[in-house]
Amino acid sequence: MSGNTLPNPGFRLRASYHHVNREDEVNFGFWVFLMSDAIIFGLLFATYATMVRATAAGPGPKQLFDINSVAIETAALLLSSFGYGMASLALKYELGYRKVIAWLILTLLLGLVFLGFEVHDFLTMFAHGGSPGGSGFTSAFFGLVPLHGLHVATGCIWMVVLIVQMLRYGIDADVRLGVQRLALFWHFLDIVWIAIFSIVYLGGLA
Amino acid sequence: MNHADDLGGLPPRMQPPFGGSTPGDGFRNDLRSYAWGLLLAIVLTAVPFALVHAHALPTSSLWLAIGLFALVQGVVHFRCFLHINPPHEHLDEALLVAFTVIILIMMAGGTVWILGNLHSRMY
Repeated sequence: MSGNTLPNPGFRLRASYHHVNREDEVNFGFWVFLMSDAIIFGLLFATYATMVRATAAGPGPKQLFDINSVAIETAALLLSSFGYGMASLALKYELGYRKVIAWLILTLLLGLVFLGFEVHDFLTMFAHGGSPGGSGFTSAFFGLVPLHGLHVATGCIWMVVLIVQMLRYGIDADVRLGVQRLALFWHFLDIVWIAIFSIVYLGGLA
Repeated sequence: MNHADDLGGLPPRMQPPFGGSTPGDGFRNDLRSYAWGLLLAIVLTAVPFALVHAHALPTSSLWLAIGLFALVQGVVHFRCFLHINPPHEHLDEALLVAFTVIILIMMAGGTVWILGNLHSRMY
């Protein structure tokens, strides 16, 4: 971004915008994406809340959910969030790319544990007659929770790409930006999961 | 594009001796932030799970408790993991989050309100 180009359209109230650098810009753009994603999730939560009793005489939350499995998923995702934080710290304080990669791999493995248990949950639900077409409740559930799982799967793929980039090119400016944005994404997904285990699982089993 | 912090492509930078770049107070503070975040998150998760598992409260108070713990944990995650604590430093992000929260309250809250109202009129 050269000094003369304005970062975005609109009438400027300040004379100079030299302090705006690429890193801030890219991160802010990613925040905008995350918040639009938050609105999608929020509306799917609202849909779920209106549908939770519409079980069409089929199985409801108490028949389909397993609190132990959800607890394991929650622990895996929370620890993976901490692991990612450690990777960010290792990068920020230049503790060497090996430490960054080690923490990223730990985070990745915990993400895969989460996904494994989640898929197992879904298969158990299918086996108990809780398929997406069964009722308004199951439709709303399978609209919301697997979308979060899909996000986690995307984050895992992204993490693999970052690790490969780091091994191939070292820690350059682009890798740094990638790690920063994936940090936002990963911690954001953990926050969405708080809402899922609270509203969908614990709320349904209470 | 700024390559000032480019640490030099191939092969990847070797591991510096520990403390070579002196991880000092900043490192300790950041580590403390993540550790507190993890600790608080574990407590704030374990309590509602235990309450639901033991059916310690009647359903409506259980829902209230779950909601409160979730809200507090959300704030903890925003502060300790996403680091948007001082709004004067990250005003753009803070305003964006605030705007999103307003939209969500109107759209998601409005949906639940209106459909809940219709539901209660039908039964």
